[in-house]
Amino acid sequence: MSMHSTAIPATAGSQIHFDKVKRKQRIKNFFKGMLFLLPSIVLFGVFLFYPLVRTIYLSFFLTDAAGNTTVFVNWENYVNLFSSPVFLQSIKSTFLFVLYTVPVTIIIALFLAVIANEKLRGIGLFRTLYSSTMGISVAAASVFWLYLFHPSIGLLNMLLEAAGIDGVGWLTDPAWALIAVSITTIWMNLGFTFLILLGGLQSIDSYLYESADIDGAGYFYKLRRITIPMLSPSLFFVITVTIINAFQTFGQIDILTQGGPVNATNLIVYSIYREAFVNYQFGSASAQAVLLFIIILIMTFLQFKIGERRVHYQ
Amino acid sequence: MTIPITRKIIFYLLLIISSMLVFSPTLMAFVMSFMTNQDIMTGSLPSSLTLDNYVKAFNQFPLLKYLFNSLVVSIVIMLGQLILSSLAAYAFVFLEFKGRDLLFYVFIATMMVPFEASIIPNFHIIRDLGWIDTYPGLTVPFFAMAFGTFLLRQNFKQIPKELREASQIAGMGDFKFYLTVVLPVARTSLVTLGVYGFLTSWNMYLWPLLSTTNDSVRTVQIGLKQLQTQEQLNDWGVIMAGAIIVVIPTLILLFLGQSKLQKGLTEGALK
Amino acid sequence: MGQIDLIDISKSYDKQKNVLDEINLSIEEGEFFVLVGPSGSGKSTLLRMIAGLEDITSGTLKISDKIVNHLPPKDRNLSMVFQNYALYPHLSVEQNILFGLGAKKVNKKEQQKRLAETAEMMGLSELLNRKPKELSGGQKQRVALARSVVSEAPLCLMDEPLSNLDAKLRAQMRIEIRRLQKRLGLTMVYVTHDQVEAMTMGDRIMVLNDGKIQQVGKPITLYNEPENLFVASFIGSPKMNMGKAVYSMNQNQLVIEDTLRIAQGPDMDDIPGNIDLTVGIRAEHLLPGTAENTTHHLEAVNVEQLGNETLIAFDVGSTLWMAKWLGQWDVQVGEMVPVHIDSGNFCFFDSNTGLLIKSANFVKEQEVVSI
Repeated sequence: MSMHSTAIPATAGSQIHFDKVKRKQRIKNFFKGMLFLLPSIVLFGVFLFYPLVRTIYLSFFLTDAAGNTTVFVNWENYVNLFSSPVFLQSIKSTFLFVLYTVPVTIIIALFLAVIANEKLRGIGLFRTLYSSTMGISVAAASVFWLYLFHPSIGLLNMLLEAAGIDGVGWLTDPAWALIAVSITTIWMNLGFTFLILLGGLQSIDSYLYESADIDGAGYFYKLRRITIPMLSPSLFFVITVTIINAFQTFGQIDILTQGGPVNATNLIVYSIYREAFVNYQFGSASAQAVLLFIIILIMTFLQFKIGERRVHYQ
Repeated sequence: MTIPITRKIIFYLLLIISSMLVFSPTLMAFVMSFMTNQDIMTGSLPSSLTLDNYVKAFNQFPLLKYLFNSLVVSIVIMLGQLILSSLAAYAFVFLEFKGRDLLFYVFIATMMVPFEASIIPNFHIIRDLGWIDTYPGLTVPFFAMAFGTFLLRQNFKQIPKELREASQIAGMGDFKFYLTVVLPVARTSLVTLGVYGFLTSWNMYLWPLLSTTNDSVRTVQIGLKQLQTQEQLNDWGVIMAGAIIVVIPTLILLFLGQSKLQKGLTEGALK
Repeated sequence: MGQIDLIDISKSYDKQKNVLDEINLSIEEGEFFVLVGPSGSGKSTLLRMIAGLEDITSGTLKISDKIVNHLPPKDRNLSMVFQNYALYPHLSVEQNILFGLGAKKVNKKEQQKRLAETAEMMGLSELLNRKPKELSGGQKQRVALARSVVSEAPLCLMDEPLSNLDAKLRAQMRIEIRRLQKRLGLTMVYVTHDQVEAMTMGDRIMVLNDGKIQQVGKPITLYNEPENLFVASFIGSPKMNMGKAVYSMNQNQLVIEDTLRIAQGPDMDDIPGNIDLTVGIRAEHLLPGTAENTTHHLEAVNVEQLGNETLIAFDVGSTLWMAKWLGQWDVQVGEMVPVHIDSGNFCFFDSNTGLLIKSANFVKEQEVVSI
């Protein structure tokens, strides 16, 4: 093979040349990749990362009504927050709200998903009805429930009175307002949670059930030993999403209670909104926003730590 | 496998009762929107049905204008999200370049930053850009979307890489391949994401509340809030009529795309 | 000078161990060249490097005497058929076939002309409006081939194109691909893990294992004169019977697997006695013994009746040896069967290096006869 000996010099000579071409190609690939990603990166930068940094920055300042920084106050905004009974109430209400809404939403949605996963005639209609609340906006849902909770002509109190029980001041009684908002939220979130869990149920391999049937497993045994473990990734996902959503609740509050009565439903996002856009205390509002961010970060982190151990991925 | 008849009956009972409970608020609002104020105030069943509430709602409020604004905003956000997410997903699946993995983590990180936590500077940005009361102000901040990118990335990954290779041998560039092969092949998940994007944009509340100060681009959600707060007479029929108008488009969309949405969201949620 | 020349081609990922190690190879114009090896041997990587889908870590790749290391796939003037066919699911058969021509901006009239010819040749004329999901496996395969044919590229690369088909269809497509290649005068580089495909289709075969060339040659050469133990056991079905052998000079005997004793013959004169040996014998050379020529009795442990031939597994020390006898033999499991073993039919390998010391004589005699 004499060809090799003639080719070798050519190879040696062109090796450098190839490197150049390769480098050029790498640079070209990099720019091509960036070109595809650039729109997203720019928008994330402008509307997400910069605002986040800016929020942290603002939280150390006092501002004027336009949002310009006036006085650097170091940690004072944070110190004030933690000594403010209103804010502490807000934090307490927020966590209570999460506690009221998340487990109940998941349990009801799981129940609905399980019964809607049966292969029965007309099941499609039920699935559509269960998922319907996903198509109902915060504003509309809040209006529906605003009427239901109405002290005199609201349906709930009418039913209670018809049953001989005194009506409840759903939205005016500090003891009930948070519960009323929670009920509204649970109802609103059912649709989405149901849809995800049903999807999770349907992706479970039917062989598992057939094999369990052959082993003579009963309905609840299969539910406990197959369905729930196999559903754990979906459950994990909806729990995460519902918790994060609960921390971000705003619309219901704005329409149903405006944070009242006596701040009982002044959840954190509403509190930020009021501090910033009603009281124009952007520094203090930013400090709250930073805390909200930290809370959600910790929640997500904990979720993943626990999820890693508990969730059964296929 | 056949289901025993007693079990069937139990399931149907459960299904019917729970669907009534879940759907009753919506149904109630729907019925109320056709009731006279007299009937509502006395808590009686509808004695007569009327369209008066709808006529009043449209006459007293620029509801058509709000609906149009919502439609524009939702469609623009939906398209923006589809374009940006699919471009980004394409880069993450089909392109290889330095820093790709790092950028992927950046995208994941964006999921941890709630929009609500950065709403103050966002408001200032929009204000400084002169975008208050404009469509860009209502839409542009929502174009970039990590969830959409992940959902489409999941879907694009199922496209055999040999398709890209075959097109490389044929001499087709990346952008053309993205347009002529990837988008058509992935159209189901694009529809899913589109429906999802439309629903969430239509139902957006906090941001339109902040970034609109007059009726010019105000969306129907904020319109509904106005209707509810300004309706001094406690005319619940009119309010419910407004609410029904707000939810009808999304309910129809949801009913049409329910099964697709469910499948698509499940895929996106669980990589 | 060949159509494709690979000179010292190596491939490694992340500066790790070489996936391909110093490959030197020259593929002639119009040749059907098969790359065969077990999975992970690097054969697909090599093909993809020729296609331009993988970077070449070092070495030179020439196509038609031009160095192409740096060229993107589209500038290498070649076509490729993939294992999963890579048909675009949203396009019709016609659009799939024309996909490459469209991308290369061939004019419409020419496109239609080539489409008609190709569809005719591949028997796809009736299916042009179908979508890939409406096609059977064999039809999909034909569309993939048609896409390659229509490009009129002189060089065609195929990556395990038949492995998704059932056995019957595979046999048929083997013939079709082979005929197509000869008819169009294509230079074909064909990757497979199936040695039967390699033997039946290739003008020449390269056996690859662990990123290294084991042997390059005509199918029959690989079969008769495997250069090492790997090729000997990889090529041929059933695989070559192997056994550890000790060569005892003083007793004039070769002892295989501690059980078979073979008398020293003239064939073994040039076998060194001081190294560990492995002997190999093809199943068809483990002959039935007649009254005159029986050399050994072996215990049958399994019998497979195939109708036209009989496969018998014999117990030889720690291994099994397969014999393939023409016709139907009534052999019972457990029976001691008389066999004839001719030391001339043995291939001798050095156990330590795995290299061939001497191939079977029998073969050479036959070759002489056939010429």
